[in-house]
Amino acid sequence: MRYLPKSDSERRAMLDACGAATADELFSHLPETVRLNRPLNLAPGISEYEIVRYFRDRAAECANGYASFLGAGVYNHFRPVLVDTVVSRGEFLTSYTPYQAEISQGTLTTIFEFQTMICQLTGMDVANASMYDGSTAVPEAAMMAVRATGKGRVLVAKSVHPEYREVLATYAKYQGMPVAEFGYNAETGALDVEDLERQIDGLTAAVIIQTPNFFGIVESVKTAAEIAHRKGALLVVLFTEAVSLGILEPPADADIVAGELQSFAIPPSYGGPYAGIIATKEKLIRQVPGRLVGQTTDSRGNRAFCLTLATREQHIRREKATSNICTNQALIALMATVYMTVYGKQGLRELAEQNLAKAHYLGSKLSRRFTGNYFNEFVVRAPEGANKTLLKKKIVGGLPLGRFYPELADCQLLCATEMSRRADMDTVAEVLA
Amino acid sequence: MIKKVTPHISQNEALIFERSSPGKKAYQLPELDVPPVDPADALGACNVRREIEGFPEVSEVEAIRHFTRLSTWNYAIDYGMYPLGSCTMKYNPRINEVVARTEGLAWAHPYQPEALAQGCLGIMAALEAALAEITGMDAVTLQPAAGAHGELTGILLIRALLEKRGNARKKILIPDSAHGTNPATAAIAGYAVENIKSSDTGGVDLAALEQLVDKDVAALMVTNPNTLGVFENNIAAVSEILHRKGAMLYMDGANMNALVGIARPGDFGVDVMHLNLHKTFSTPHGGGGPGAGPVAVKKVLEPFLPTPRLKRSGKKWAFDYKRPRSIGRVKAYYGNFGVLVRALAYILAHGGPGLRNATVDAVLNAVYIRKALEPYFDLPYSSPNMHEVVFSDDRQSKLGVRTGDIAKRLIDYGFHPYTVSFPLIVHGALMIEPTETEGKLELDQFIDAMISIAKEIETDPEMVKNAPYSTRTSRVDETTAARKPVLRWKPA
Repeated sequence: MRYLPKSDSERRAMLDACGAATADELFSHLPETVRLNRPLNLAPGISEYEIVRYFRDRAAECANGYASFLGAGVYNHFRPVLVDTVVSRGEFLTSYTPYQAEISQGTLTTIFEFQTMICQLTGMDVANASMYDGSTAVPEAAMMAVRATGKGRVLVAKSVHPEYREVLATYAKYQGMPVAEFGYNAETGALDVEDLERQIDGLTAAVIIQTPNFFGIVESVKTAAEIAHRKGALLVVLFTEAVSLGILEPPADADIVAGELQSFAIPPSYGGPYAGIIATKEKLIRQVPGRLVGQTTDSRGNRAFCLTLATREQHIRREKATSNICTNQALIALMATVYMTVYGKQGLRELAEQNLAKAHYLGSKLSRRFTGNYFNEFVVRAPEGANKTLLKKKIVGGLPLGRFYPELADCQLLCATEMSRRADMDTVAEVLA
Repeated sequence: MIKKVTPHISQNEALIFERSSPGKKAYQLPELDVPPVDPADALGACNVRREIEGFPEVSEVEAIRHFTRLSTWNYAIDYGMYPLGSCTMKYNPRINEVVARTEGLAWAHPYQPEALAQGCLGIMAALEAALAEITGMDAVTLQPAAGAHGELTGILLIRALLEKRGNARKKILIPDSAHGTNPATAAIAGYAVENIKSSDTGGVDLAALEQLVDKDVAALMVTNPNTLGVFENNIAAVSEILHRKGAMLYMDGANMNALVGIARPGDFGVDVMHLNLHKTFSTPHGGGGPGAGPVAVKKVLEPFLPTPRLKRSGKKWAFDYKRPRSIGRVKAYYGNFGVLVRALAYILAHGGPGLRNATVDAVLNAVYIRKALEPYFDLPYSSPNMHEVVFSDDRQSKLGVRTGDIAKRLIDYGFHPYTVSFPLIVHGALMIEPTETEGKLELDQFIDAMISIAKEIETDPEMVKNAPYSTRTSRVDETTAARKPVLRWKPA
């Protein structure tokens, strides 16, 4: 087998050195009762060519050659060629977590750069080395707020990504962390300030909002922060569309920023792997879950980086750790780091402006359900069967919202990015009008 | 003597921010084919940011040189053996990277209509079936993003079942040899943790277990083979004790690569387990993620698995969201699909018989290292080992040299260190896992290096204590890093 680098004679020599007549002898200490006494019921191994063909056949059963107007947490942005060039280097791809700093400075330096860029983007003081994804960053942010405030209750906006809220509910259930939801304004689509004021109380540890929210509406972080802080709660601001940070005011009034970086050159890949972030203010540094890279020096006095503040983590603290997380998404975070480097200060702004222009071109042709300001997504009422009509024209329409919001059953969430072509948008506008 | 490596020129490189200069670009966007929009009009003037202060501005050439230079500062499997015990650093087949980038898969949106995602669903179904066969379990969820995430899922499943039976119970038992994620997970799932001491042979102590399991115990989390690389020969009895008292057996599948094709957890009494696809199934570690942590369960736990579940709907695959007893979602969408593709490609490449051969070679390599190094390093547990072997630094520490020092010296010999100081039940542990993808030459060079270091310790312990010498970065001051945390770059 091509992945097993031993000849028969080498294997024989090694068995001899081990004092074993056969390979099976190596397993002779296993009780007979636990052993599998038949071959695994899986087909024999196949060649590279056949593997490629298998996956091409599966890919052919998916949407190919369709224009798509789906967003809802996963966005269709161009991936600069440099991204795969960098992450395909074996030194990044096939290395482990950088515990051995002397031979891991490549990964450590890129993570330090990542942490810095996330701080610059979000207006926070510290960012960790990344989380599994945006959805799991939300409960981690909530648990951070609970630890920091000593209170237990969490208030989350209904305009936060519905699947993220489901993940929060799963985590919260057994932690004595009651979660309540507050509504959105039926006219603007932005958070319902009155409902938030009504529901927040002195026991609330965190208020969680998303901007742009699930409907694409830009929220007022300042307003939410004032309400939260007045009651001694922390404000968690979530983003799922990282490109928006190229143009939107950073959520500097938040105490914790959680987010999803899929927009930064991470392939949609049917839902993962992605990379999440948690960024926060200096004062909460020791409550941060996951890995952190810090700057230091080596014994020759040169700048060097290493994993740090590990006393928060499970391998030291075990059941008292800030989280059970044992990994970050290093390679995926590296994709985002390369992306942020390629676009840089001007590029990310220009890119955000293109997204804004495309979405507003399409949005202006349709009657939007909400009046709030939007970035590159918006909700529209769609005639029945509209998406079927679009599919016939090789276009995947927006996400029907009835599944998550019964009150919006006649609506869909549309997204336009720099990848959306004018002709396709015109078609969508015709069909949905 | 150091034979495997020779120092060579290594490029210096500043941080990307220090390379930046206003106006440099590594991108070009297409001409906008729609009218531009005034951001202040569209978003409200107060919502529009000024520039992103400090963000990089470099050209394309500088960008690629930057990351390429940094990459050469890493050690990697592609350079050589990476014997981190428990981490299973095996070769990452490149075909897996290619197929994961297949257009219709890499660009599949999680919300595209199921009719236009049949290939993705089919891949997931094929992987679920293969993992069920390999583990001997009845059902598999692919949703968890990593091993620790799988642990949390598994414990929540146990909790849900026990709750339905009327009492969720209070405690999880965890051997003192376990990974730190086990107790951390139990705590997040709302359970108290009770440690159980390992027996003289490093396994679960049956008498202690019998005593500890009462009606408050929800489950035992056991790693099998355990972190010593030793198979729990009493596993059937362990399972019997737990089940008799209404508790469940959770298996941490971190070491499943020692069992594939040889023994199946489902056949020896395990109720629920997770797998680390980035270990046993060769998906790349990528410098610390992404992973994937599928969870396999017995039938009794199936109704509680995270939503949605794959189901057959006529000739098509579909997702079933109507799962009233489910623990809910543990992650948005359906799992780390790109990682799942790579793992399935690995399983297809080996096939059933091939997977067993890989297990055999992994164990052969570890036993071979043990035999060769036993005369030089203390072996605190003499039970037969499987895919990894754990020595202690007892002999070397008498001369003032600890496992961490030996590890650093190994770097000079051209190897990544083994896992240092774990498991905790071994004083000064050296935990070595070669995996099946090392050939005899690489193993012999590793063995020679370890023996050479053992001899150096006898003649010049001080030299070993200050290693490494040949790296571009010498020993790093981790204490100062933690005492005065500098976690981001700032302009001077």
